[in-house]
Amino acid sequence: MAEPAKKLAKIVINERLCKGCSICIDFCPTNVLELKGSCVAVKDLEACTRCQLCDLRCPDFAIQVF
Amino acid sequence: MSTAAPEKKEKVVQPFDYDKYLRPNKLPHIWCPGCGHGIVLKALLRAIDKTGLPKDNIVMVSGIGCSSRTPGYVDFNTMHTLHGRAMAFATGIKFARPDLKVIVVTGDGDALAIGGNHFIHACRRNIDMTVLVYTNATYGMTGGQYSPTSPIGSTATTSRYGNIEPPFDTCEMAKASGASFVARGTAYHTIELERTIYDALMHKGMSVVDIIDACPTYFGRMNKYKSATQMMEILEKDNTVNIKQADKLPPEKLQGKMLRGVLHKVDRPEYCDQYEEHVIKKATSKE
Ligand SMILES: Cc1ncc(C[n+]2csc(CCOP(=O)(O)OP(=O)(O)O)c2C)c(N)n1
Ligand code: SF4
Ligand code: SF4
Ligand code: SF4
Repeated sequence: MAEPAKKLAKIVINERLCKGCSICIDFCPTNVLELKGSCVAVKDLEACTRCQLCDLRCPDFAIQVF
Repeated sequence: MSTAAPEKKEKVVQPFDYDKYLRPNKLPHIWCPGCGHGIVLKALLRAIDKTGLPKDNIVMVSGIGCSSRTPGYVDFNTMHTLHGRAMAFATGIKFARPDLKVIVVTGDGDALAIGGNHFIHACRRNIDMTVLVYTNATYGMTGGQYSPTSPIGSTATTSRYGNIEPPFDTCEMAKASGASFVARGTAYHTIELERTIYDALMHKGMSVVDIIDACPTYFGRMNKYKSATQMMEILEKDNTVNIKQADKLPPEKLQGKMLRGVLHKVDRPEYCDQYEEHVIKKATSKE
């Protein structure tokens, strides 16, 4: 039987607020995020464990994970 | 009989709704990319939420500095006052309205240099307020001069050959001056910081939380840190130890480290209570 598909996280990035400081990228334990230009972007959504560390340490209210 | 294991319920933490406490349309804030002040603000809002206090019962007071811009973003009663004078204004507010929860947000320069006098006397009186000192070891707003918490040898626009002044230990100073609750946290340990601020808010009397956070623009750049992340890792994570773990560590592992957590907590008569008991009552009974 196939493994039930893991519910994917929903990562909401506010591009107007993100200042591209990279804190969320550097502290993400599973390397989900990357910098694209001066804004954070999702690189590997499947790896996200919804641990919330990116949101907790973002100084700019720019990222939320549901 | 089916032996299938019950489906494991995924533990999902929902993000905190900061909008509840932010003034609409004020973001983005003025702080530089990677500035720790925003991380501290978020921990503070989560701690306030835990107390369950209505927004109208909270007064946030600040002086001048990057950190002192905080009240401009939050939907409480707020006051942005004079450099170094936040605690003097906050004392007046608490004195007039002891029913309100008074929170002071202040930089290490604001609180300990120009405002050092107000700081020690607010501690001495043990007036019921919570003071959060954002310790980034520099004057961020005015371009990176050294502050009373800058380490010996660190570079600033005013210490090009390395700072020769020994720094204050904010917590020792608060304790010696009479504050009945003294704690330290960092922006890196954001969940622990939220708990520490919550404990400070619930304490009756003067509570001081020294919060190590990073100014990548000045302290970071002038002291050759590569990024805000690196500052958080070295200055906040590696350079501090939680007081509960400190007992278990050999002395050499504690060398040069700052302690985090609640460092001092005592019951001491609170200023507004004393005033009510020993001044108001006597004065009104004579009438
Ligand atoms: C009476 C007075 N003196 C000096 C200044 C200039 N000044 C503005 S902010 C500041 C220091 C701010 O440093 P700090 O309180 O550590 O806050 P940060 O900007 O680092 O968050 C100084 C010296 C002023 N505004 N008013
Ligand atoms: S929730 Fe955790 S795993 Fe997912 S992106 Fe954020 S830090 Fe990475
Ligand atoms: S921590 Fe926040 S501001 Fe910094 S890159 Fe990530 S989302 Fe953007
Ligand atoms: S100058 Fe420093 S303290 Fe001020 S906003 Fe920029 S990083 Fe933060």
